[in-house]
This record gives sequence, C-alpha cells and structure tokens, in this order.
Amino acid sequence: MSMRKMTYGEAVKEAMAEEMRRDPTVFLMGEDVGKAGTVFKVLLGLHDEFGDDRVIDTPIAEAGLVGLGVGAALTGSRPIVDIMFGDFIALAMDQIVNQAAKLRYMSGGQAIVPITIRSTMGAGRSSAAQHSQSLHAWLAHIPGLKVAIPSTPADAKGLFKTAVRDDNPVVIYEDKMMYALKGMVPTEEDYTIPFGQADIKREGDDITLIATSSMVHVALEAADILAEQGISAEVVDPRTLVPLDRETLIESVVKTTRAVIIDEGYKSFGITGEIASIVYNSAFDYIDAPIVRLGAMDVPVPFSKPLEDATIPTPEDVVKAVQDMKIR
Amino acid sequence: MSLPSEILIKMYRAMLRIRRFEEQIWEVYTGGLMHGLAHLYIGEEAVAVGVCAALRDDDFITSTHRGHGHCVAKGGNLEAMMAEVMGRVTGHCRGKGGSMHIADMSVGILGANGIVGGGFGIATGAALSAQKRGTDQVAVCFFGDGASNQGIFFEVMNFAAIWKLPVIYVCENNHYGEYTPTGNVTAGKSIADRSLPFGIPSTTVDGSDAIAVYEATAKAVERARKGDGATLIECDTYRYRGHHVGDPGEGYRTKEEIESWMAKDPIQQLRTKILDNNIASGAELDAEEREVEKEMENALEAAKAAPYPDVAEVNQHVYA
Repeated sequence: MSMRKMTYGEAVKEAMAEEMRRDPTVFLMGEDVGKAGTVFKVLLGLHDEFGDDRVIDTPIAEAGLVGLGVGAALTGSRPIVDIMFGDFIALAMDQIVNQAAKLRYMSGGQAIVPITIRSTMGAGRSSAAQHSQSLHAWLAHIPGLKVAIPSTPADAKGLFKTAVRDDNPVVIYEDKMMYALKGMVPTEEDYTIPFGQADIKREGDDITLIATSSMVHVALEAADILAEQGISAEVVDPRTLVPLDRETLIESVVKTTRAVIIDEGYKSFGITGEIASIVYNSAFDYIDAPIVRLGAMDVPVPFSKPLEDATIPTPEDVVKAVQDMKIR
Repeated sequence: MSLPSEILIKMYRAMLRIRRFEEQIWEVYTGGLMHGLAHLYIGEEAVAVGVCAALRDDDFITSTHRGHGHCVAKGGNLEAMMAEVMGRVTGHCRGKGGSMHIADMSVGILGANGIVGGGFGIATGAALSAQKRGTDQVAVCFFGDGASNQGIFFEVMNFAAIWKLPVIYVCENNHYGEYTPTGNVTAGKSIADRSLPFGIPSTTVDGSDAIAVYEATAKAVERARKGDGATLIECDTYRYRGHHVGDPGEGYRTKEEIESWMAKDPIQQLRTKILDNNIASGAELDAEEREVEKEMENALEAAKAAPYPDVAEVNQHVYA
C-alpha cells in the first residue's frame, strides 16, 4: 500500500477531495468552508478545485444548514455539512435527531439519508465552555445515526471516505487539537475503513486501555510510561461508536483482565459508562479489577489554562489509575 | 374560468377523495380501529389540491401533522394510507410511521412530519438538491400558521433567497395553532409579509378556492422552474373539526365562525363553478362521488384485512 506522510487536517481534506472527484453528487457546505478553508484552515485549497458550486459558504444558521443537508440527502445528493464547533450541534439537534435519524425508519425503509456531518470536539485551546465540549455521546445515543471519531490521520481519511459513501446519516468528530498531528496515510483512491472495526493501536498483555479520539494519544503516552515500569498495556481504539466493535473490546479485556476507559466526553452518562457496562456484561468472569473510567470533569470547560487542563484526562491520570490496580 | 376542464374535474375528485378519507378516519378512529393521533384536514382540501394540481409527479412536497390531504393530493394511495394509519404492514411505511409520518418517495412525498415546522429544512434542501443536480424539480413546503413562528422558517427563507432555490412555502393559515388563536401569538399583519424582507415575493389567497390556489401555485412553480427562486403563498383556510379527533373543536371557536366557513365549503364552491360553466353535469359529478365512495370502501376493507407487521420488523430500517 503506498503511503504518504501528512497531517490529520490534510488527511480529512484529501478524503473529501477524493470523494468529490469520484462522485458528482457530493458537495460540502458550512460556515467559512470556502476560500477561508474553515476557521481551522484545514480545507484550504478545496474551494480552488471545486468552486462555489460544491464548496459552499453558508449563513451562520446551523438548524437551517443541517435541515437543508437532510433534504438534499433525501433527494439524490450526498451533502457533507460542516458544523464548525461540536458545541454548535446543539442548534441543529432537531434536524439531526428528529429528522435525519428518523426518516428512513418512519418511512418504512423507503428513504435514505446519506448526509455526512463533520464537526469538532476537544478542549485545550482556551476556548472556554461553548467551544470546547466533546458531545459525541449525545448522537451515539440516537438510533439511526452513525458516529465516527478518528484518532489518527490514516483513520481520519479512511473513516471520512466511508462516511461519505454510507447511505445513513453519519456524524464524524475531529478533535481540533489533532489537526497538526502527522502520520502515514494510504494514498489509494479506494482506501476506506469499514465502520465497526476497532483498531489495536498497541498490543499488550497486562491491561487494556480503551481510548477514543485524542485520548488514544494520551493512552499511548501512558503505555510508554507503564512499559518502563514493566507493565504491558494494550491500547484499543473503537474508531466508531455506532456501530461499536464490541467483540474486539471484550476480547482484549478477556486477555488482559483489566481495563481503563478514556474518553474526552463528560464522564457522567457518557461513552465510558456504556463501554464499561458492555465489558462487564461479557467479560465479568475474566476481570481482576474494577474497570476505571476517565472522562472530562463534569464542569463547563473553563477558560483559564490551569483550570482547563485540570478537566481533561492526562497520561499521568491513566498511569495512576493503572498503578492503583497493583498489577505488579 | 380559464383552467382546462380536466384540471377542474381532477381537483374536484381529489377534494372528494380527501373529504371521504378524512370522514372515514373519523369513523375508524372512534370505532377503535386506529390508535394514536389523527389530525383531520376537512375544510382545507382546496389548499392541498390546488397546490398539487400545479405540480409534476417528480416534484417534492413536505407535509405536516395534518397531512392526509397533502398525501392524497400528491398521489398517495388510499389503501396504503388507510393501512398505514391503522398500523398495518401494507401501509406506505409498513406501519412504522402512522398518521403523522406518511411518506411515498415514489411520488415525491418526502414525509408528513410530527415536528411543527419539520418540513422547512427538508423541502428547502430538496430544492437545493434539484438545483445542484441540474433538474427543474420544485419543492413545496406545506406548513401551518403555528409553524410560521418557528425560527427555522426564517433561516430557510434566507437560504432560499441567497441561492434562488426552487421552493414554494405554502402556509395553511387555519387561524388556530392547536387551540390558540393565531393572532394572539403571531406578530404583524400577515404571515405572507414575513418573506418580504428576504426579497421573496408572497401572496395571500382564499384557501377555500381551489382555482385561486392553483393559479397562485402555477405562477410560483413557473418562477421556480425558471430559476428565479422561492415564493410564499399564504392560504386563508379553516379546519371544520378540532385540532385532532377527540377535540370537538368548540369552546375556543364559536359556532358562528365555524358555520361561516362551512358556508363557503371548498368542494361545494368548485362544484358550483363546474356546473355554472357547463363543464360537467350534476349527474357526472355525482358519478365521480360514487366512484370515490367505492374506492374508499375498497381501501378500508383491504386495510382492515391486512396483517400487522411481524414483530421481527421492529429493528429493520433503522439503518440502510
């Protein structure tokens, strides 16, 4: 497989460009996606290639924007809708939850709604409480939606291309702190990653670290520290929350007998609770220590740097959780 | 009266079909054959019929919770509609949608919607899709006076205006948002005025007059197909019955008010015009009525005889 080194942001852009070249019914719309290439600048150049017709700046009107995307998807187009900050999805919830997610079911299978909603997640940019949340659990809760949260440039490209080709509404969250992250990315046109396949980012025997999005890198850093202490950690990245690859998560914990689950969503009522329950139910007899869940602190994300940093799980938090299990 | 006679007869028949369907729903509901909610369209027939008579099969509509009339007018099948409201597997949506969610993608019915204003985004997006795909299809969004106060109405009018989208917003102003008089909760002189700041032309028509509705729609369709953009049509109309079966529709509305609207009944109005202009005889129109009656009976019998969906279908169609 031929590979090229690129950033996470470049991988997203490449996925989008390839899909737009492949399929004339794909177009992108969102706030500042045109010449500006989004506020994060990750799509710079896309407008030059595809022009106003297919890379479309929109009003700041998230409900209408997603609503138009749903209607276009119902009638033969494959829109990609860009919601600048994941927090702003709150403004479009009726369109996503009551319309996009329901139309296929309510129509008894007549309709398809091939819309891709891309948005961002993650704290760490001193952007305070309305531009920093990781709200992917909201949408993972709704039957009819698929949710992808890639953690590497290669995953971002492969999952994005799958999202655009999927006949269902897909919400794909990019952690805005990872746009500059570099990695090797396959360059084949038909490189896609099937949804529902977790990826073992690092193999290990003593403990399973189940981590999503940017928390995969927190887990990998923790695994390095643990290795120095003689503890072999396996890092498993679900990559998509819906569908969720339960088998790979369960098999890993059956093998290692312990688990820490790390996700940047609020800790309460979120992804880590769901995954912990799945693992407990299927691997209970194999588990040697209570599963530890690490998530964003249950507070609005604060502005001031020391306060903000205190709300997000760190490699040290992961290491401490593992040390408390007294494996060695 | 410049409309071709076949359009007039077609509209007359379509209004009869809606009226009979809704009367039948009343009986089915009160007879315990149907569950949930049923919002009847009786009295508003001229709006759905006048609009849809000006559309092609491949044009799109979005409908509302009070949507049976739109679906009949756009080409929904009476048997599949009756089966759907009765939760049977032969329904348009295999019994998964029910009265408030009837859809028939094969004739451009993108779905009735249980969210007030739920069709705004979908219809405007269907118009965007038509524009992007280079077709000359048009999308119609039916909505009520109540939905005109939802914020997304103003968002989509802005989108439609900046991109000249082929969409027609048809407001059915029946003067009550559920049980609340529209005037008590709606600012401004008219709903039609609301598109003017966006540069979207609007018109107000007598929603009991199918011909007037047809003509206003035909003009809007022509404008949309030419690429000149959206239109808002406010139809002044009235529902004879309550908000839903189970609401007698009285108390918050006077008897005089209800009777004044029934006196200009849309079906009677069109019948009189057809007769006065010698387009068809009374006997011919009566024959139409008998045919509709027969069609309705067959639809009801077929729906009653149809099975409920197998429980194994419950988790089908969540994903494609």
